[in-house]
Amino acid sequence: MTSLFEEITPEASGDVPTRKITISINGEQRSANVEPRLLLAHLIRQGFKLTGTHTGCDTTNCGACTVLLDGEPVKSCTMLAVQANGHEVTTVEGLAGPSELHPIQEGFKDEHGLQCGFCTPGMMLTAKALLDRNPDPTEEDVRWALAGNLCRCTGYQNIVKAVLWAGDKLRGEADGGEES
Amino acid sequence: MYPPRFRYEAPQTIDEAIQLLSEGGGDAKILAGGQSLIPLLKLRFASPPLLVDINEIPGLDHLDFAADGSIRIGALCRHAALERSEELRVRQPTMAAAAGLVADPIVRNRGTFVGSLCHADPQGDWAAVMVALGGSLVAQGPNGRRSIPVKDLVHGPFQNALTHNEIGVEATVPAPQGTPLGGYLKLERRIGDFATVAVAASVDIEGGAVSRAGIGLVAVGSKTMDASDAAASLVGGPLTPESISSAADLAAEVAKPRSDHRGSADYKKHIVRTFVTRILTRVSSSLEKAA
Repeated sequence: MTSLFEEITPEASGDVPTRKITISINGEQRSANVEPRLLLAHLIRQGFKLTGTHTGCDTTNCGACTVLLDGEPVKSCTMLAVQANGHEVTTVEGLAGPSELHPIQEGFKDEHGLQCGFCTPGMMLTAKALLDRNPDPTEEDVRWALAGNLCRCTGYQNIVKAVLWAGDKLRGEADGGEES
Repeated sequence: MYPPRFRYEAPQTIDEAIQLLSEGGGDAKILAGGQSLIPLLKLRFASPPLLVDINEIPGLDHLDFAADGSIRIGALCRHAALERSEELRVRQPTMAAAAGLVADPIVRNRGTFVGSLCHADPQGDWAAVMVALGGSLVAQGPNGRRSIPVKDLVHGPFQNALTHNEIGVEATVPAPQGTPLGGYLKLERRIGDFATVAVAASVDIEGGAVSRAGIGLVAVGSKTMDASDAAASLVGGPLTPESISSAADLAAEVAKPRSDHRGSADYKKHIVRTFVTRILTRVSSSLEKAA
């Protein structure tokens, strides 16, 4: 695979056609010359060096590579990087502020919503899109929204609790991380 | 996994896209939601030399409800738009029932309704729903547009009736002949897996009797199955336990499932019978409640 990112080589090597794309990633405009077959997940990880986005199954099943595209969760292993041209991408690196965690990250920490952590970035971004759309979800809503993200560690129970915790906190109802 | 190399074009108009497909001479593929095509590229089941990405073409993401009850779904209307449509729940409950069961929630944000029809996967959800509703695909090619009933669109596994330079630009659901009722039930091992069996059953009710019916079956044959005899047996009378049971038996006869890791052929036929019965019984009790 010829990976033609600006960071690696400024120009394409002759016979491989590339396209220049510009993506707003976590609020920052980034450009790259990429082969059309480059997947968005690979641009994010190897091109932009944002390795918080994980590639798990690589077959559109697991959701570990989930990022937000214009606010909606998509599987970045199942989208071409060129298709994100001109769009806004949010990865897990875009969640936390300069000095504090995002309430969703706090929720996963407080409610033990992860063990190995591999699925966590995708889980949190899917959760963010849910809470943006539905600030006060039921447990059923959370389980339904997370159905495209697989976790092999937790049995999901604490992930669901973490998302509900974050929802409470975002609505200003959380009380220092107590059980809600 | 990396897809094989391809030439990538993202035209701004349908005409340009058709021109590119004509140049591609049968080897080009259209990229819409990409939720089936990109995995196929990565697994190297497909290696088209040209990909025509239609996502940049404006005016294709519509979900329009006409006053007569007919529905138009544009080529870039995503599953998620159908799932979130309150109006769809009122206008066409069979479609609304299926919308939240396609793949998984993240895939539904990208995948398209029309793409699912054109992909012609025997395990695809929407083709069966469209068979049940008598819906059609509108294909546009160099010589203009034509409408293809979905029951004639799907030829076999992953084979459709489109010529190489035609694009499915829109799907249309005809106006119901009475109150549109029905449902969609799907048995899957987990969310996101292919269906073990799924059934779409739709009935229009006029004056207490069935004025139109359709039943489509998923994953019980080499293509989407049209249980037209089962549906026809319902038309003209009210839904009764007897008429429902007889339609369920006829639908199970149409099913030609194969035994595999998801279940035995007998089991799958049993599920077809059960799902037809369950959907129609729910419709029947909702009618009784309303009366």
